[in-house]
Amino acid sequence: MSRIRAALRPESSFRRRLVAALLLATIASLVFASGAFADFLTPESGGSPNADQIDSLYKIILYIAIVVFVVVEGALFYSLVKFRAKKGRVAAQIHGNTRLEISWTVGAALILVVLSAVTFAKLGSIQNPPNSSADGLQLAQGVLTASTTEPTPPNGKKLTICVTGRQYIWRYTYGANCKSNAFGLPYSYQEMVVPANTTVVLDIQATDVIHSWWIPKLGGKFDAVPGYRNFTWFKAPRAGELYRGQCAELCGRGHADMTARVRVVTPDEYTAWLAAQRQAIGDANRSAVELRRQLGDDGIL
Amino acid sequence: MATTDYALRPVPQVIAHEVKAEPTRARWTEWFTTTDHKKIGILYIVTTFAFFLIGGVEALLIRLQLGTPNNNLLTPEHYNELFTLHGTTMIFLFVVPMMAGFANYFLPLMIGARDMAFPRLNAYSYWLLLFGGIVFYSSLFWQPPEAGWFSYTPLSSEVFTPSGGQDAWIYLIHITGISSLVGAINFYATIVNMRAPGMGWGRLPLFVWAILIYALLLILALPVIAGAVTMLLTDRNFGTHFFDPTQGGSPILWQHLFWFFGHPEVYIMILPGFGIISEVLPVFARKPIFGYKAIAASTVVIAFLAALVWAHHMFAVPVPTVVLGFFMLSSFLIAVPTGVKIFNWIATLWRGNIEFKTPLFFAAGFISIFVVGGITGIFLAVFPVDWQLTDTYFVVAHFHYVLMGGAVFTIFCGLYYWYPKMTGRMLSEPLGKASFWLMFVGFNVTFLVQHAAGLSGMPRRVYQYPADAGLTAYNQISTVGSFILGFGILLSVINFVRSYKRGAIAGPDPWKANTLEWFTTSPPPVNNFDIVPRIRSVEPMKDIRRQVERQSGIEHRETAGQPVSFV
Repeated sequence: MSRIRAALRPESSFRRRLVAALLLATIASLVFASGAFADFLTPESGGSPNADQIDSLYKIILYIAIVVFVVVEGALFYSLVKFRAKKGRVAAQIHGNTRLEISWTVGAALILVVLSAVTFAKLGSIQNPPNSSADGLQLAQGVLTASTTEPTPPNGKKLTICVTGRQYIWRYTYGANCKSNAFGLPYSYQEMVVPANTTVVLDIQATDVIHSWWIPKLGGKFDAVPGYRNFTWFKAPRAGELYRGQCAELCGRGHADMTARVRVVTPDEYTAWLAAQRQAIGDANRSAVELRRQLGDDGIL
Repeated sequence: MATTDYALRPVPQVIAHEVKAEPTRARWTEWFTTTDHKKIGILYIVTTFAFFLIGGVEALLIRLQLGTPNNNLLTPEHYNELFTLHGTTMIFLFVVPMMAGFANYFLPLMIGARDMAFPRLNAYSYWLLLFGGIVFYSSLFWQPPEAGWFSYTPLSSEVFTPSGGQDAWIYLIHITGISSLVGAINFYATIVNMRAPGMGWGRLPLFVWAILIYALLLILALPVIAGAVTMLLTDRNFGTHFFDPTQGGSPILWQHLFWFFGHPEVYIMILPGFGIISEVLPVFARKPIFGYKAIAASTVVIAFLAALVWAHHMFAVPVPTVVLGFFMLSSFLIAVPTGVKIFNWIATLWRGNIEFKTPLFFAAGFISIFVVGGITGIFLAVFPVDWQLTDTYFVVAHFHYVLMGGAVFTIFCGLYYWYPKMTGRMLSEPLGKASFWLMFVGFNVTFLVQHAAGLSGMPRRVYQYPADAGLTAYNQISTVGSFILGFGILLSVINFVRSYKRGAIAGPDPWKANTLEWFTTSPPPVNNFDIVPRIRSVEPMKDIRRQVERQSGIEHRETAGQPVSFV
């Protein structure tokens, strides 16, 4: 009992050692658990090469950041504990040290040079889409576009889907070039259906306010701005997956309900789904025309 | 002579004497007619702290709503209004004017001036601030704004937000903007013209350096936002189309104009806090600031770079890669002078004799939190990574680490450090330390997990999240933390109120500090000083104490935190 009481006294070296050990354990678990807690400490990935590349770039920065964090916080807490006021201690009257100050300025700058180099080295694999795989959807040679910002794989073959944001739902139009009139083309709301192993380029627009397209596992956010076109791409490796996301830019009271899903299917299923969707839309249009004609005949319209 | 006498004797003993005029009017009317920088400073600090408490209650309501998935405590409309009010209040009605409050009170005292350069303009600044806040909050009786604190167009246009709350927001920006602008001109003129004899630029206290740069940044940034909100006002009410894409306008123009102001605004909020830390650390480490020139220079460099980084808020809008690259590199650059400051602060503690009083707790807590905010800022500056992080709770966590853990902790540091000067009373140390620990722990519990929530796909500004999204645990931890944080702040409020009448008498210089505001009574008389000494270094009070020791032949034990008497 008396030993415990002694241990809890501030001057006890046991207590000091305990605190130091706890601190060390916390820092060590933070450093070594980074692999185990991959999803806790890193962005979502696994649905597309660009999301994976962003994830690996993030991890490189994270490792450097952990070192910087431990060194700076360590130095801070060490000085706070080591140099706390004691009777008879006189503070060293130091005004500065030019060489030391220059070296930590240069040191900080060097870390940033490394980070810039890594980022630009990785940028190509994040921004530029690869070709579709052999087992992806068979696409015709793409139409040459004048746009310099629209991502295109090296062989020019891509599946373009126009994504239009509006309060509070996403609309997807399949197979258009997104600039001309899209009447007669198959479309869907909220859930996008895409073929696996195929390079899909999204042409993102908005009709009312700004929205932001984001499916975390398929890569980063791209804002849908009225009057502008924004582009991104993904290439989902596995059929049968369903990726979820939601609008990431405040777009009004229904912002939280503006969700999006991407369903990945095999190329054959995709072709079949597209035909069925086209058929269903055509049927619905024809029945609407029919209904309108009937209402006109009955004198209601 | 017994050793206890030293504490009883104010050192040095040359202090100012108050000359009281016969009151001709009721005392309380003074608060409405005053042009005294100290009274105006108190008005600023009390008003902005009241807004801080209002903004804090709004934050707790937001956290309550997010405490459970699919919660229906608040409607989406009220939720959007709350975060708009919370953000706008904390930035325009709390942090920026609170720094102006500190500057009002202490800038003339620190440079040995009698008052501000333009005392009546100074009073005008304060009353504009108060009325700006009243205009804004009176929208509560009709329809508060709900487009967020950066009011992106077209959402903030009259088509999508027809309510007058948005116009109240515009008037708030205008009125508090004019308040800050004339205040900034006043600070600048005071610093340039009214320094004590011998106080060259190399002997200016670092807080004054920070206020000088704060003033310059305000003068640079505020006209831009004034122009932008005027364009929004005419778009909304008079049929112009600056930001309307259907009529040849551009929503992205608003973002450029807003963030050209908005990013310097971040440094406007944090630089004076850096200044407070640079004043407090040397006093409690009993050691000169390490690298005075580097800290002053880094403040200037940060201000210069602050005007070149705005588009890092816009990495997800359609902009060319070369622009993305430029703004990534410029944002990286700003990390260098910020890092230099942190290294210099730690070096100031190194080999000191650190006295653990409440202001030092807040200063050290600030550094440890701000390091995290700075590091997550690097993640956000890398634009491909930002594509995953922007507009998520990762960003929410980042800017709360910088502004709540950063600016707010420096404000509490300043309040604990200067309260004895402003009131003549010491604050309770046990209550202050309890408040610090609750705030520190509560802050980290609230905001650390928000990084993980953002990485797991939680966008900001959503009023609900589904139960199966894996976000419930993060949000519950965060909500619990926010109430610990709120309780910590409440303890400080109790401390401020209680000590006003019951604290120990502080005396002129309870911390045995370095700068000139401690060379007068607490609180100082209207005239501030009877005589202003010639300044020979950046630590004039230390010079004066040494001179008194030399002349009297008695060596004083210099310990911070010794009031002259207890009541």
